[in-house]
Amino acid sequence: MSQDTVKRDRPWLMRTYSGHSSAKASNELYRMNLGKGQTGLSVAFDLPTQTGYDSDHPLARGEVGKVGVPIDHIGDMEALFDAIPLDKMNTSMTINATAPWLLALYVAVAERQGVDPSALEGTTQNDVLKEYLSRGTYIFPPTPSVRLTTDLIAYTVENIPRWNPTNICSYHLQEAGATPTQELAYALSTAIAILDAVRDSGQIPPERFAAVVGRISFFVNAGIRFVEETCKLRAFGAMWEKMAKERYGVEDEKQRRFRYGVQVNSLGLTESQPENNVQRIVLEMLAVTLSKNARARAIQLPAWNEALGLPRPWDQQWALRMQQVLALETDLLEYGDLFDGSPVIEAKVQELVAGAEAEMARVAEQGGMVQAIESGYVKRELVVSHTRRMRDIESGELKIVGVNCYRETAESPLTAGADAGIMKADVQAERDQIAALQAFRAGRDQAVVASALEQLRAAAVGGANIMPPSIACARAGVTTGEWSEVLREVFGEYRAPTGIDIALAGQAGSAAMDQVRAGVRRTGEELGRPLRLLIGKPGLDGHSNGAEQIAVKGRDAGFEIVYEGIRLTPSQIARAAQEEGVHLIGLSVLSGSHLELVEDIQAELKKIGAGDLPLIIGGIIPDDDARQLLAGGVQAVFTPKDVDMNAIMARLVNIIRLHNGLEELA
Amino acid sequence: MTQPAPNLDPVALAAAVRRGERAALARALNLLDDRRGESRLQASLLLKQLQAGQAGDEGHLIGMTGPPGAGKSSLTAALIGVWRRRGLRVGVLAVDPSSPVSGGALLGDRLRMKTSAEDDGVFIRSLACRGEFGGLSAEVWPMSLVMLAAFDVVMIETVGVGQREIDVSRMCDTTCFVAQPGSGDSVQFLKAGILEVPHVLVVNKEDMGAVARRTLSELGTALGRVHTDGDWEVPVLSASATAGTGIEALADTLAMHGKALVESKRLLERRRGYRAQWLLKRLQEEFGSHGIDQLGGEQAVLQQLAAQDLSLFEQHQALRQRLLATH
Ligand code: B12
Ligand SMILES: Nc1nc2c(ncn2[C@@H]2O[C@H](COP(=O)(O)OP(=O)(O)O)[C@@H](O)[C@H]2O)c(=O)[nH]1
Ligand SMILES: [Mg+2]
Repeated sequence: MSQDTVKRDRPWLMRTYSGHSSAKASNELYRMNLGKGQTGLSVAFDLPTQTGYDSDHPLARGEVGKVGVPIDHIGDMEALFDAIPLDKMNTSMTINATAPWLLALYVAVAERQGVDPSALEGTTQNDVLKEYLSRGTYIFPPTPSVRLTTDLIAYTVENIPRWNPTNICSYHLQEAGATPTQELAYALSTAIAILDAVRDSGQIPPERFAAVVGRISFFVNAGIRFVEETCKLRAFGAMWEKMAKERYGVEDEKQRRFRYGVQVNSLGLTESQPENNVQRIVLEMLAVTLSKNARARAIQLPAWNEALGLPRPWDQQWALRMQQVLALETDLLEYGDLFDGSPVIEAKVQELVAGAEAEMARVAEQGGMVQAIESGYVKRELVVSHTRRMRDIESGELKIVGVNCYRETAESPLTAGADAGIMKADVQAERDQIAALQAFRAGRDQAVVASALEQLRAAAVGGANIMPPSIACARAGVTTGEWSEVLREVFGEYRAPTGIDIALAGQAGSAAMDQVRAGVRRTGEELGRPLRLLIGKPGLDGHSNGAEQIAVKGRDAGFEIVYEGIRLTPSQIARAAQEEGVHLIGLSVLSGSHLELVEDIQAELKKIGAGDLPLIIGGIIPDDDARQLLAGGVQAVFTPKDVDMNAIMARLVNIIRLHNGLEELA
Repeated sequence: MTQPAPNLDPVALAAAVRRGERAALARALNLLDDRRGESRLQASLLLKQLQAGQAGDEGHLIGMTGPPGAGKSSLTAALIGVWRRRGLRVGVLAVDPSSPVSGGALLGDRLRMKTSAEDDGVFIRSLACRGEFGGLSAEVWPMSLVMLAAFDVVMIETVGVGQREIDVSRMCDTTCFVAQPGSGDSVQFLKAGILEVPHVLVVNKEDMGAVARRTLSELGTALGRVHTDGDWEVPVLSASATAGTGIEALADTLAMHGKALVESKRLLERRRGYRAQWLLKRLQEEFGSHGIDQLGGEQAVLQQLAAQDLSLFEQHQALRQRLLATH
């Protein structure tokens, strides 16, 4: 066969996860990306939209339009897809607790565009269970959350047949430390919990149930150990196929196929020598493309500056080009599966399957995924895995080039520019969004809004499918905050287990640790009582890994740790610090809202007469901001470069010592 | 080197605590936690000041105990809601175990007790049970006194099955045991007499259905229904912290026991007894059991303490001085 006649496979969908500032600005970005050859949209929403608050809610301060686009009402959604015909677009929305609401808005916008909703194609992530374990944008307790998920699935299967109603995610689990086995086990256990719930809800006649199974897709991760990751995806395919057949009796082979999209690993992308991230991203992409029988349907890649801050359009373009080079320039798509028949690959696949099945059995024993999440079991298992990973990095057993080996580097031109190589959020965007929202509210027919909300409440209480009244709310001009508030009132709010109450595998033998412990103990004695550290996660930020690892390490070092999980207000943090009599407040902020949040917490502390408590912060903090924070009285700033946890603990002890008039320890 | 403790004027501090000032409360609790010599002295002075302005029967001190995960913190949170609606101010001392290796601890109860941030009528302090004999740290009881000076209801949450409850029941007016549905432990402990009978038993998580109902009836049978002290009939209640059911009834029952103590005039006597117990424990801690022997043995010390009407903290200092002089 000559080169010219070779039949190539169609490439996967290439996406860039994006959205920022406002619907209008994001729309411009989308149209530019589509012009560059991107073949689908992947919408990033800001945190208030994801957690069900309007842009003018106090908890939204500093977060509006920051990590995604703010969508308050149908007007915003319409602007987001302006001049993008929805019947021609495949749109993936990373939305969970408020997924029924965002889909309702999408449907209402389609109607306004004159598009028949049944023609819509795309995905709502709609997997709340992993939000409790990793992603953090849950609102309601697990049981009503599963019900909302179920309602959306049942609705789309009957009314928007080409929609992927849920993307069961293992991606976020790996980002929270999960091993490949854990990714397999927890994602598939989640699928069971959701499918069983749909089945038991009685909304789908049994003869149509196979269609539900056929609409389930997955969103997975691919880390740097790309051979093992390839095997993981083959294992996923095999396990899913078996489950669809045996547990749910799906006969049609097509409906049993494991369909998945990917974002490759970001947790392993580094702040130090960030250019190395490009190699990592490309290698990880191989894991999900090399094996034709386990190839991704859609891929989105992070950018080289992942650990520095938000990517600029050029950074995202670079990431998109990586995919295009692989799909268009290489010969990858000309071959059948490269691994079928390989005993090496098959053995690894079997090992992963066996491990995952054993863990799934443990989850099932506890009553299933919902129960295993509520009891804290799964979260603890993830924290244990992540703790192990951090220890291995710290000890050098797990090598990360540029971080714990080969650290010497020439000056990087990539970060030398005036913007330090990252996207600066538009500070005006929040004010504009709030003004526009308030004008929108004033211009609505309030009676129509009130009656739409009453119907929503009735469905929430009575158990009718939540989608029809949500779509009616979207048309009526209800806001994201109003929709969520009604459901908050009906279902209540939830705080997920933090998972940090793990048994500590005693680190006896580490001299560095012993020294830190001695310092903690001695300082506690000198100050009359054991050292207490409050770890606070203010705002809507759900990145909990850092806080959890500092908490676990802190306890191991001998601190008494107060940690209440994510999403606390500045006032809650200040008051908790005072009530608990802590020696130090350590904030962890990765959302980019650190300046506003620190300012607010300092003000709250002063207000309650605790202004003298020392404050430190860790997270994604650009250098300029770090300088500003230090000048404003923050005692220390930690970033992902600081991987030596013993050194961090020693610093904390010394900060407390200096603050209390004791001399520093060496 | 030991850092000099901050100099706090006990009179002013006690007054501020009584006014419910949060910063003062926090400072007072820190002081009671502080093991430096001068701090101990200041703490005694503070407690003396607090006692001086009071009849001694203020507030209601409730111990909430039971196995880990039974829902003590969640129930506390639900009760806080009820109490606040009834206009009562609430203080909570939540005790968590600490790591025997590092001494470090995770103080996780707050997570389930999250209340409205701006409510000045609720104050939660977590404590690590620092591996001392008998379960509870010696600080807990004096801290509860500070809390009682500022709040209408003070709740102490401790983990425990078996021996540990005894500790909390020896410092609280009312002890409430929270049972986990389906766990036979509590029933076994009751039958074997290991579990000192609490004043109120509650089976939480009634939303779990049949398994909760079964535990409820087993506990009822095991109990025989009569509390060891006095004529109080121990009620066995059912509730769900997460569904919010049975919480009002639980609050009512706890209040009823408190009221019965006041009406039968046993509250003061009981609290005096606890103080004596605590004092004994403190002396034992500092001087060992032979110290107590020198003072004529446990019973003698307790009797002596109960009989006198001196400030407890003066007594403590007096006894310490006596022992120090003989050492
Ligand atoms: C893992 C990860 C996630 C996971 C989080 C899982 C979890 N439960 O934590 C998942 C996949 C869920 C996630 C989701 C999102 N993420 Co994310 N995520 C990351 C990533 C890749 C790593 C962060 C991490 O966990 N590192 C490991 C921990 C141990 O490190 P660390 O937190 O930095 O902590 C270290 C130090 O900073 C320091 N430290 C940190 N805190 C503290 C506190 C104290 C007291 C002390 C002493 C020290 C300290 O010590 C630690 C030890 O080294 C970063 C990029 C990167 N590579 O850093 C993006 C990143 C933080 N995410 C980002 C975004 C935008 C999101 C989303 C908002 C996207 C969206 N629009 O939906 C969502 C929503 C999350 C939410 N609810 O808020 C952005 C933030 C942009 C910004 N700040 O400008 C980043 C920077 C990526 C990017 N470039 O776009 N994310
Ligand atoms: N189903 C159910 N779960 C509950 C109830 N109360 C508490 N829980 C759950 O039980 C677990 C432990 O609760 P917690 O209050 O921390 O228990 P504690 O260790 O006794 O303080 C948490 O996951 C709670 O959500 C209840 O009434 N019903
Ligand atoms: Mg508790």
